[in-house]
Amino acid sequence: MNPLDFAVLIISMLAIAAYGMWHTRRHRDLKHYLRGDETVGWMTIGISVAATQASAITFISTPGQGYQSGLDFVQNYFGMPLALILVAAVFLPLYRRLNVYTAYEFLGSRFDTKTRLLGAGLFLVQRGLAAGITIYAPAIILSTALGWRLDLTILFSGLLVIIYTVAGGSQAVTLTQKYQMTIIFGGMVAAFAILLIKLPANLGDAFTVAGGFKKLNAVNFSFDPQRRYTFWTGLLGGLFLSLSYFGTDQSQVQRYISGSSLRESRLGLMFNAVFKIPMQFFILLLGVMVFVFYQFEPAPFYFNQSAWNQAVQHDPDGKLQGLAKEFDETHAQKEQFIHQWLDAKHDGNQAAETAAQAQALSALDRGNDLRDEAGKIMEANDPGVKSNDADYVFISFILGQLPHGLIGLLIAAFFAAALQSKSAELNALGSTTTVDFYRHMVKRDASDAHYVTASKWFTLLWGLVALGFALFAHLQENLIQAINIVGSVFYGVVLALFLIAFFLKHVGGTAVFWAALASQVMVLILYHYLHISYLWYNFIGPAACILLSLVIQAALGPTDKTKQEWTAT
Amino acid sequence: MKPPDDDQDELTGLPGLRTWRSVYLFVFGCFVLSVVLLLALTVIYS
Repeated sequence: MNPLDFAVLIISMLAIAAYGMWHTRRHRDLKHYLRGDETVGWMTIGISVAATQASAITFISTPGQGYQSGLDFVQNYFGMPLALILVAAVFLPLYRRLNVYTAYEFLGSRFDTKTRLLGAGLFLVQRGLAAGITIYAPAIILSTALGWRLDLTILFSGLLVIIYTVAGGSQAVTLTQKYQMTIIFGGMVAAFAILLIKLPANLGDAFTVAGGFKKLNAVNFSFDPQRRYTFWTGLLGGLFLSLSYFGTDQSQVQRYISGSSLRESRLGLMFNAVFKIPMQFFILLLGVMVFVFYQFEPAPFYFNQSAWNQAVQHDPDGKLQGLAKEFDETHAQKEQFIHQWLDAKHDGNQAAETAAQAQALSALDRGNDLRDEAGKIMEANDPGVKSNDADYVFISFILGQLPHGLIGLLIAAFFAAALQSKSAELNALGSTTTVDFYRHMVKRDASDAHYVTASKWFTLLWGLVALGFALFAHLQENLIQAINIVGSVFYGVVLALFLIAFFLKHVGGTAVFWAALASQVMVLILYHYLHISYLWYNFIGPAACILLSLVIQAALGPTDKTKQEWTAT
Repeated sequence: MKPPDDDQDELTGLPGLRTWRSVYLFVFGCFVLSVVLLLALTVIYS
């Protein structure tokens, strides 16, 4: 990065944060602080909902996923449009009618205090963990790729988001998200355009190469339970994951209950239901096109250059450099085969096309084997090294191929994405702690100003917890998957609490509380011992909780504590 | 559970999609179209 890139990064980040704080400086009441400006329209809500979900890892890690595995990750989002329809039709009208600050207030009205606190507590645990990941994830990648100190990168992004979220509350979050999303999409579209311009092949040939290397397999109907992304895991697991996330996660509920009317909130959700799959497709396709680009250009043997340089220093036998040399030779051969393959295709010579494609595939496999071999050597030399470098693919492409100024814009886009999701999380963590625990359990009848101050302190506290987690984190999974795994393990049971509340009116608080506890323990045990796609836990958790609650309620007998009138506390 | 009785919210304000049921059907149709297009991409280039 040169001074122009730094100027773009620093000015855009500070300007958005400062504008958010300045615009919300006069709002002092709890309603404004927790719900924001209740005059916002559907587009602002829609952008805010999308921004909360799309963290930095969506834009850094997902292209790497596309580079490595192709388009199949898009299936992860197949359940989302259906879930958003359910949220808009069932969850949202109820939240607005009860006039709640948090989703968990509803559980208190429908069941009892202990169930409300369980739901809020599970949210705090899983979202608190995820909040650490959303700071850590981009920081580890950006600091490694740019040569910055990891702790300073975490502190810069973490402290900036804490300051404007604590100061401005929900409205500052919504306002800044709008401008942050503008920077993100400006950057991503510019990167895609530059990539297409730089591609040595035309778009048709690029798709032929990507398809020939199995990078365009977007839909898979396999029933293999060990296969992570299929149509079925995406539809069923994705439906439950999205239903939990959008219907019961306070970081999302807080975004869409702030609409000026039910109509605006609903349309904001429907905007996301329509555009999420195309958006994820676009980001994955960007990764696939980066893959195609590197089939025609010299490709890095290992994308995490910093880790590679360290590994080479600790490899006195020179095995790694030998493998890298062999990779370069294989890569050059593969490029020749690809040209033969495309030439044969243009000439209509089917036999030659098939033969050249087979040779190119064989060379690709050989290259991957060499990378795997190097990864094993690196892990053997230093067990702390992560051999999977998919998270570094896109940032490596940006730094190596984009012009200055645009590099700064893309890095600003990654930071903006980190801040926008982080701010919504902190806002939700602070709100839930204030409303569901502090106001409900500690101090019931204080003034608005008191609760606003308390909410600011809790937001600050959660920000510091997330910063602490980020500073000491060490993650093995691809980062976008790490977030989804944490969500899948905890979300299911929280969703079950809401589904039982909505649809099983005879089940009371005691039955659902113990069923939820037992199901959560069961999911944690299964996750530890079973090797199935994590998306299945979004189905297993709720199914177990619903069944158990029915059994326990049958054992307890009819209860007169089931409340028919659900009013906010 | 009963939906809120808020008549003005029942109007979607969208041309050609006057009820929420029709909005949901439209969104579902967009989802089906997305899957079909992705499936076509998979089949054509596999």
